[in-house]
Amino acid sequence: MSALSAPYVLASNGRPVELRSVPMLFPSEFHSSILEGVAAGLRVSAFFGTEVEGGTDLWAVLSDDVRTGLRFLRCHVDVDAIPSLTPHCPQVHLFEREVAEQFGVRFDGHPWFKPVRYHASWRPQQDAWKRPASEPITVGVTNYYRVDGDEIHEVAVGPIHAGVIEPGHFRFQCHGEEVFHLEISLGYQHRGVERALRGGPDKRTIHYMETLAGDSTIAHATAYARIVEALGRGQEPARSQVLRGIALELERLANHVGDLGALAGDVGYLPTASFCGRLRGDFLNMTATLSGSRFGRGLIRPGGVAFDLAPDRAQLLLRRLDAAEKDLRVAVPLLWETSSVMARFEDIGRLPKEVAISLGAVGPAARACGLGRDIRHDHPAGIYRFSHLPVSTWATGDVFARAFVRWMEVQSSIVFIREQLQALPAGPIRAELRPLEPGRIVATLVEGWRGEVCHVALTDPAGRFARYKVVDPSFHNWMLLAYALRNQQIFDFPLCNKSFGLSYCGHDL
Amino acid sequence: MIKALFARFQQGYRTMKFPDGPAPEMPDHFRGAPTVDPTRCPDGCKACAEACPTDALRLSGQTASLDLGRCLFCTECQTACPEGTIAFGSDYRLATRDRTDLMVGKDDLLKLAQALEAKRLKLFGRSLKLRQVSAGGCNACEADINVLQTVGWDLGRFGIQLVASPRHADGLLITGALTRNMELAIKKAYDAVPAPKIVIAVGACAISGGPYAGHPEVLNGAGALFPIDLYIPGCPPHPLTILDGLLRLLGRIEDGSRPSPRTSAPADSPGTT
Repeated sequence: MSALSAPYVLASNGRPVELRSVPMLFPSEFHSSILEGVAAGLRVSAFFGTEVEGGTDLWAVLSDDVRTGLRFLRCHVDVDAIPSLTPHCPQVHLFEREVAEQFGVRFDGHPWFKPVRYHASWRPQQDAWKRPASEPITVGVTNYYRVDGDEIHEVAVGPIHAGVIEPGHFRFQCHGEEVFHLEISLGYQHRGVERALRGGPDKRTIHYMETLAGDSTIAHATAYARIVEALGRGQEPARSQVLRGIALELERLANHVGDLGALAGDVGYLPTASFCGRLRGDFLNMTATLSGSRFGRGLIRPGGVAFDLAPDRAQLLLRRLDAAEKDLRVAVPLLWETSSVMARFEDIGRLPKEVAISLGAVGPAARACGLGRDIRHDHPAGIYRFSHLPVSTWATGDVFARAFVRWMEVQSSIVFIREQLQALPAGPIRAELRPLEPGRIVATLVEGWRGEVCHVALTDPAGRFARYKVVDPSFHNWMLLAYALRNQQIFDFPLCNKSFGLSYCGHDL
Repeated sequence: MIKALFARFQQGYRTMKFPDGPAPEMPDHFRGAPTVDPTRCPDGCKACAEACPTDALRLSGQTASLDLGRCLFCTECQTACPEGTIAFGSDYRLATRDRTDLMVGKDDLLKLAQALEAKRLKLFGRSLKLRQVSAGGCNACEADINVLQTVGWDLGRFGIQLVASPRHADGLLITGALTRNMELAIKKAYDAVPAPKIVIAVGACAISGGPYAGHPEVLNGAGALFPIDLYIPGCPPHPLTILDGLLRLLGRIEDGSRPSPRTSAPADSPGTT
């Protein structure tokens, strides 16, 4: 690996460092350091701004998946605009737009410089698009990319869609049935969570975490709990680590099984759609056995978990897991054996591996392009340091690959949960924590069912959150969907959309 | 094809008997309808209100009440209370017709939802088409509404269907705190529903803003824009709570004919989805 032209600070998943130890770079050094890292195979896990005296600090968290480390970089911006890094490093495209929207910093040369969530700048009087403060910002109103020419037509869908699904706006540039380009414009679920997290933690913080993306309650709450544990100099007891692992894999199972059913439904194959729709609920009910809530609300708390698992309940979970696995092994393989399903899965919505790398893909969508990215393996924390799951990959990058990777992960998660339930360590489930250390930065990574959940916290001199950054895996992956739709038939959009299974609320925050 | 038929046979018949049979059993740590007994409150104690993340507790002198429309059912108040004033029970039945009925205090039994008035009941009682609109939540309420359409719950057997177009709908089923960014879209959806129509608010967000109450980005629930006919509290409400509310609204479940939540299938059964 080439030597970096600018210094950075090395940390790891959940290990805090002093803010002052992170050198302040010039934007040009900051950029070249990111570019060199990315060229060496690192990923941009987070890239965000913080409001400081006389301008904005930009922070980047780079993940080194091979050597299991994180790099913290920062620079100071005291002008209205700096050159955009996106043309040289596409995976920061949405991060730069987000910084622009929140802090009013312009990124000159950004090829797609539009708002992300359509809210006013956090910094009054500084707007990246010079919109007058007196005029309301209208969501979805922007200069959409357009294709002109004979027989080109535009299809606009949403924000309200035809199913029980979150709101978002999609614009297709079509030639007949063929999609030349899809532009995705979100922000309809924006409820101001990141802004409200500043100055925390307070009594609402854990509830914000549990509702960043409701289907990823465990993943996000775990990322937050580990932030507080890292800064509060405490470690969750062994028993709670195992219970967290079981809950995270149950969350993965419920969502993967539900998605496999929904994919079957999208191609009109009702047996698997119906069976998996029910089985998804069985896994949600197993999570409810842990915590009383089908989404795991109330389970993950800083220091450990809030509910213990009695031996008879562990046995009950094992029996339910056996029953669900038996049904799954009949319901899911029907997909691979049915030619009318495979005809719609194979070679549809193909995402090339190079594109996945350059856009910073995470989770099953990345693994379905042959990328062996999995936080449980690359940056393990908690129980994943001791108990390993295989990283499931498939090379083809199409709808089939994204479905089949899910099926492989379902099987691994069942094995993992069974092992953990049979060997629950004794001991307490929650540890006492001290007040948060002031003047620190810490990042935590958790492999949620959609991929990498990244939380970053910066504490002020009083030990409060000066900044709390949330990166849901969907934030990386929405652009993959747009890319995968190119030259596809427009009727395959619902299928492709479901194959990525992205979160609107996790993106919009 | 043979395999699909075999699979169908193997998976069996899975639709629950409820409401004609027992309700599925709630899990051990399930947090349902609370009771509040402020006679136990020590003078000046505000521990519960201070612990509550959403200001759901109202204290004045010897009266305390818990607003289920704001409550996230996190039980922080129950934990903080030194006297055991507040206790969350296992009763899943929570839906009400009136916002004020969600206030639980001393001797206040939850006034569970009554059926629609005669005119709308005649129109919708045997066929209710709802357009679900998600407007600024976490997608958990939506997920547990979706579950009602699976074979385990089979919402269709009650004549209730979630439809794609508001023009085909009799009402809106709203989730989320109602973000400003969804205000225009949801108003258009509401206007597109032919009158007479109904509006149902599902979850703490849609009733009060939930964890986002007070954020300038949200309107603190659907009540800011529309008259609400049914409130279904929870964060998110259990599917059974949602189904119970819908069936009460349609007069399919009435007070006195309720199955007890604790006389149901054994704990070992896979239960329902």
